[in-house]
Amino acid sequence: MTPTSSAPPSTGTAPPPSRSRRRGTAVPSGLLGAAGIAGFLVTWELVVRSGLVEPQYLPAASTVLAELASIATTAAFWEAVGWTLRTWAIGLAVSGAAAIVLGLVIGSSRFLRRATHSTVEFLRPIPSVALIPLAVLLYGTSMQATLLLVVYAAFWQVLIQVLYGVGDVDPVADDTARSYGLGWTARVRYLVWPSALPYVMTGVRLGAAVALILTITGELVIGGGGVGTQIALAQSGGAVPEMYALVVTTGLIGVAINLLVRAVERRALRWHVSVRREAVA
Amino acid sequence: MAGNSATVASDAHQGTDAPVTLSVRGLQKIYSSDTGDVEAVRDLTFDLRQGELVCLVGPSGCGKTTLLRCIAGLLDPTSGTVELDGTKVTAPPKKMAVVFQEYGRSLFAWMTVRQNVELPLKTAGMGKAERKAAVEKALHAVGLDHAAGSYPWQLSGGMQQRVAIARAVAYEPEVLLMDEPFAAVDAQTRADLEDLIRTVWKELGVTILFVTHDIDESVYLGERVLVLSNSPTIVQEDLTIDLPAERDQLTTRSMPRFTELRAHVYEQIQKAKRGTGATA
Amino acid sequence: MTLVKKTAYAVGLPLALIALWWALSRNTTNFYVPTPNELFTAFVDTWIGERFRTDVLPSVARFAVGTGLAIVLGIAAGVWIGSVRTVRSLLEPMLEFFRAIPPPVLVPILILIIGANDRMKVMVIVVGAVWPVLLNTIEGVRSVDSVLLDTARTYGLRGATRLRTVILPSAAPQIAAGVRQSLAIGLILMVISEMFASSSGLGFTIVLFQRSFAIPEMWSGIVLLGLIGVAVSVLFQLCERRILHWYYGQKEVQHGR
Repeated sequence: MTPTSSAPPSTGTAPPPSRSRRRGTAVPSGLLGAAGIAGFLVTWELVVRSGLVEPQYLPAASTVLAELASIATTAAFWEAVGWTLRTWAIGLAVSGAAAIVLGLVIGSSRFLRRATHSTVEFLRPIPSVALIPLAVLLYGTSMQATLLLVVYAAFWQVLIQVLYGVGDVDPVADDTARSYGLGWTARVRYLVWPSALPYVMTGVRLGAAVALILTITGELVIGGGGVGTQIALAQSGGAVPEMYALVVTTGLIGVAINLLVRAVERRALRWHVSVRREAVA
Repeated sequence: MAGNSATVASDAHQGTDAPVTLSVRGLQKIYSSDTGDVEAVRDLTFDLRQGELVCLVGPSGCGKTTLLRCIAGLLDPTSGTVELDGTKVTAPPKKMAVVFQEYGRSLFAWMTVRQNVELPLKTAGMGKAERKAAVEKALHAVGLDHAAGSYPWQLSGGMQQRVAIARAVAYEPEVLLMDEPFAAVDAQTRADLEDLIRTVWKELGVTILFVTHDIDESVYLGERVLVLSNSPTIVQEDLTIDLPAERDQLTTRSMPRFTELRAHVYEQIQKAKRGTGATA
Repeated sequence: MTLVKKTAYAVGLPLALIALWWALSRNTTNFYVPTPNELFTAFVDTWIGERFRTDVLPSVARFAVGTGLAIVLGIAAGVWIGSVRTVRSLLEPMLEFFRAIPPPVLVPILILIIGANDRMKVMVIVVGAVWPVLLNTIEGVRSVDSVLLDTARTYGLRGATRLRTVILPSAAPQIAAGVRQSLAIGLILMVISEMFASSSGLGFTIVLFQRSFAIPEMWSGIVLLGLIGVAVSVLFQLCERRILHWYYGQKEVQHGR
């Protein structure tokens, strides 16, 4: 195609096209983003200070951030964070491994796919929080109780994606591989796994997010340890700024996990994306 | 000054006394990128008279699409003007329609063929009965009467492009811009579509600017062929195609004059690629 | 595949599993796992009748209202944010942060601000379930095909018409994916909000059963939640297949090629 690749494609912003179609538009998005964060914090601070919202329900931004800085120096805080991260990691690893193995096996066999389809579609939408009473019954208020939830929820996310991935192998590539005499193992190694990898990465990404949600949920409702439990304790003990500070912490953990998973995804798919780019050029 | 000289040498051509519909003067486009400014198009100047079918050819990367987008009002030039019937083009004008190369991405997958063709008319405020008639006429003109209720993705590539053409035809524009519309279809379909364009053109009397990289196609279709130079682009030559008005794939393409013209354009393109074609 | 074969595939594994469960639970009396018989009886006794009206319906109603609101809000805000580049750049970091907060932690916060009542439960669902829809809508609106947009401009499609006929349909598949995730989160929050601070509702009742060791009843509650989850999923898929029939048709064709 015509390689006017440096041309900014029609971005489809507000209807009447502006005269200035210069490439670098007014304000860089990084600056705007920082402005957004600053604006939010300022608004938060003002809303509370002006008396719009009572500080006992919503402490000012400065109070919460100060509290966060303060508890971040305590050992108990980091113990809780460590507990949460351990639960998350174990849950994701177990569910991920199981889902990848099962997904590859089921996905490669048309019979298995068909036979398990109804069961998967039935079990999948069951909210894992429904298992909370069972988890408590079986494991009390230990890490395993929460792990039960995490593994159940994350497993389906990864499994579904792996099944998509295996099912998306290019039939032409498959025929080519067969005609060159590649056996099953070779095909999995050179064809199926690389084709499915983007989907596996998507599954890991979704699974990681769900795993965190269920980890915190389990800690919150069941107890046992971790940031979620600390939040529940803070709430019942009336330590409002601490509660908010811990909520902010969960957000930061979530962002950190997102970034980590995206970095892993980029690395794992590096060859994949660059192969794609080459094909387009 | 760019190659306007060639138009003077044209023979008794219906276009010479027709009014100028599209006027491009000194069109220049500079892109600013991280590595500095890139002058994609330096100076394009040419006219399109009412009812002409003009083809635009040039080496890859010469800015054909940039030019077309500027004319279509989708892109602002750095300097120079585009005028449609004397009015400057700053946004997509009402009397202009575009047929893109990527028909799959230009047609709306959630609408049937009929709805796709009807949409611009609806937006323009045409009445229901009038619209129905216009859509049927347009679909008949491109030979897709039977496919009105289908979805674009149910049709072949060639048929999809016909839908895009029908949509443009029903819109009854003064000027029709076509950006390498047949580049993505197979050769047999391309031949059919080329003939379709000539038929539609003659029936409607619309002015067509047809961008292509296919030299044979440009000579077969056009009354005039504008050859563009390499980037930074100017009009390298404005060639009049003095083939008979009645053309068909078999006889026209085997005429000696066709071969001559074709060879000439080919030479010009080679010169353009080497960068020796541009006569400052 | 014939209807017989299709049915066989659909019920084969489930029936086998149930048969296995029945066989295993016959001889031993496991405290944790009831027999199929016990479970079925418990299910009918517990949920069909009074409790359906006092616990199940209100819970489902809160879920429906909360998730519905979240979807509408998410799409409306998403369209706006996705269309205006400045707003998007401004809000992007904040949105990334807020979406990373696990929704259930909103329960203690909202209990604090609103109190432990119905309004809180609905608000929790709204605030928690809005994120997938919002973010997917933003992404869908932002990444409309450039050729599509050029075509729209060429033919004079602007404003509300362009939104209705080009942008929303084009973004619809992505928005649908977001809605699906929102439904799942909404269901989770419905249960959590009731487990955490409530005196009625499905979540509360199931926890009550667990605490009083009414095991078959507890299991029946889990099964009921599962059935609700499946019902919501089926309903969603039915709607999605209808609205996005063109999208699935297109994918089928592309895959076939």
